[in-house]
Amino acid sequence: MSSHMSEAKPATATSVGDMRRSAAAFLFAGSRGPLIGLVLLCLVLSVSTDTFLTVRNILNVMDQITVIGIMAIGMTLVILIGGIDLSVGSILAIAMMVMGYVGHPDYMNLSLPVGILAGLAVAALCGLGSGLMITAMGLPPFIATLAMMSVARGLANIITDGSQIVGFPDWFTSLSIVRHFGFVSLTVALMILLTVATGIFLKYRATGRNLYAIGGSPEVARLSGIPVRRLTNWVYAVCGLLAGLAGVVLAARLDSVQPSSGLGYELDTIAAVVIGGASLSGGVGSIGGTAVGVLIIGVLRNGLNLLGVSPFIQQIIIGVVIALAVATDAWKRRAK
Amino acid sequence: MTVPHTIRQDQTEGSHKGLSVAGLCKSFGPIRVLTDASFDIRPGEVVALLGENGAGKSTVSNIIAGAFRPDSGTISWQGETYAPASPAAAIEAGIGMIHQELKLLPDLSVAENVYVGRMLTRNGIVDRAAMNQNASVQLRRLGLDVSPDQKVRTLRVAAQQQVEIAKALTLNARLLIFDEPTAALGSAETALLFEQIRKLKAEGMSFLYISHRLEEIAGIADRIVVMRDGRVVARHQTADIPIRRIVEDMVGRSVDRMFPPLHPPAERTVLDVRDLTSQDDSFQDVSFSVRAGEILGIAGLIGAGRTELVRAITGADAVSAGTVSVDGEVVRLDGPAAAIRAGMVLVPEDRKLQGVILDQTIGENLALGNQDHVASSGWIWPGAIKDFAEKSIARLGIKGRHDQPAGKLSGGNQQKVVIAKWIARPPKVFILDEPTRGIDVGARAAIYEVIADLARSGMAVIVVSSDLEEVLGLSHRVMVISRGRQRGILDRAEANGVAVMELATS
Repeated sequence: MSSHMSEAKPATATSVGDMRRSAAAFLFAGSRGPLIGLVLLCLVLSVSTDTFLTVRNILNVMDQITVIGIMAIGMTLVILIGGIDLSVGSILAIAMMVMGYVGHPDYMNLSLPVGILAGLAVAALCGLGSGLMITAMGLPPFIATLAMMSVARGLANIITDGSQIVGFPDWFTSLSIVRHFGFVSLTVALMILLTVATGIFLKYRATGRNLYAIGGSPEVARLSGIPVRRLTNWVYAVCGLLAGLAGVVLAARLDSVQPSSGLGYELDTIAAVVIGGASLSGGVGSIGGTAVGVLIIGVLRNGLNLLGVSPFIQQIIIGVVIALAVATDAWKRRAK
Repeated sequence: MTVPHTIRQDQTEGSHKGLSVAGLCKSFGPIRVLTDASFDIRPGEVVALLGENGAGKSTVSNIIAGAFRPDSGTISWQGETYAPASPAAAIEAGIGMIHQELKLLPDLSVAENVYVGRMLTRNGIVDRAAMNQNASVQLRRLGLDVSPDQKVRTLRVAAQQQVEIAKALTLNARLLIFDEPTAALGSAETALLFEQIRKLKAEGMSFLYISHRLEEIAGIADRIVVMRDGRVVARHQTADIPIRRIVEDMVGRSVDRMFPPLHPPAERTVLDVRDLTSQDDSFQDVSFSVRAGEILGIAGLIGAGRTELVRAITGADAVSAGTVSVDGEVVRLDGPAAAIRAGMVLVPEDRKLQGVILDQTIGENLALGNQDHVASSGWIWPGAIKDFAEKSIARLGIKGRHDQPAGKLSGGNQQKVVIAKWIARPPKVFILDEPTRGIDVGARAAIYEVIADLARSGMAVIVVSSDLEEVLGLSHRVMVISRGRQRGILDRAEANGVAVMELATS
């Protein structure tokens, strides 16, 4: 993206202009198409509904996308290194159940913060498990995470024998309800913070750049001295951890945990990342793009609800959007 | 060396019912790989096609087998013009090719492999009985005792090759092209193959036989065609030719290649390799050392174990025994990162798959090997990448911008990016595997210049190359490897093409 821009600019462009361009390029690298799509979508919905363009509704959308938004950060890392993680929905569920079991007064009652930490630890371990299946056992990521998806879902059910745990302290549920400074809940703030931090990590940390190298060519990366296996394990562990964190956020929103939570979330998450311009073959993608992808899915769902479109038709529309987004990407690439 | 006298006008050219190739030319992009290739194969004849790696043998055979189409030139086959559009068309016309890398499906049975893509059916159901029956007829014709039910994976390489031949026979092939059929065979298996070839020859089949094992040629071929640099340089009417003479034809003489002058190396040994043996047996007991400022060439045929050797030295592949030391310290060979830390770097054989990330910019590719420089604190700023890349671009004369994807560069410039990736460290041992493969002649001189510079700056340099002239022109000494064994190290004074090829084909 940046190369196009620098080609077009006159040779005398100021460094300030350069910086502004590179900031824009950083935020939305590779996602100009999706960004345009998002803007168009918002325009259409603003015109066709009275309620879309209201502060209340926008905040609503932000609340709704938090869970997928946090999971999509981890999924972006995984897809960047050329992998895939099908287990995030199940990991979300097991993290919730562990949190509830350890922290809820009806069970272990070790206080909720301890429960949250336990849930996150289990989630990270599940991710690490997927990573090890890939790096140590040589399983393809699809298979390894498919296995983890099943194992984690089963464990989530075992903890309470399939029943839900309801009722958490007020401070916990208020994390996702109370809007600080009049607009942002702590969970939404957390999502934004994580998105920006990961964006900076991917762009400005050597390790972040190495993830692109691994996705671009694992062999080149390995021969260049990059610890490909270790980083792969880390990436899956972080993806698991973030799925667990998304589980905690979901628990706060629902004031309950249940083992069937997060069914199918992995597909929404992958869809968001792919709509955001990441390539499933690895090496291409950005957090900015993923954020746009998450917003597109969130806004589309919200808008279709406002328009009174039935959920069944919504599924069809979202499927078409995924196909179109990736097809335009493929056309663009071929045109190059 | 003069060669034209060996090219005699073939009296029967074009008038027989065999294969006649006339004036084939082929270029891949800007690189000309075949120029005016002409020869004949008569019915019932085995013609050996010889030449160094890259001489154009595979291109010719792939054209005959329908995999490539020539830019110009004609082929006639059984008295008719023959221009196969695909391997399927060639097979249809009765010409089959047995590739060096066998193209079998390991988890299907022998009979299924023989009939893959054209399974016999009865009422729409695969007719295993008929396939097994027919396949075993052909297998018996080859004197092979394997069950058609057996999975190909369970067969030895030699037997797998027989399955390929059986497949060609059921396709009614009248001409078989063998690409290095004996490369993976032992002597008993080779004898069996030759017996089969003689038997099929007596039935009127023709063979184009490509091999690097010159000593076996006299035993199987009727005539010899030698290629060099994409041209046919000799056609011998009998296979009873001294090997030395063939080698001279293959090697030829340098015409217009310029190599930079070599400076004498220092006394100090930098790299010392002792009794190195690979885990998969691709090479055994290799020992040598390289001094500061010295360029060691490694010559040998493709598949001899050269690439495996340098990959093992730089930690890319595992070894089962032996040591590698740099400046007297033994290096732990547990991955490229450790080797790089010890000061050993590799410019790998396959530039596009192992050297550069094609979708990433020159700057990003360069940063990959130089994070100590551009990201010493762990933070990597685009400005730092740009400065570093521009310095490297200027130093090596790379034609490209730091923000250009590496995939847009020419081969020569890509190779310079791979070299530039390592040069800044600076390394102590610089290893280049096939540094000029697929790079046009003009751009090669620049790469040679860079390699000579590396040595001049005091590094120990290793150059692996299939291009004999290149190894000889660049190196202080040349080590020759054949079938995984080190056959000798020749000093510059005694290293010539004939001596190297004799060792390489031993």
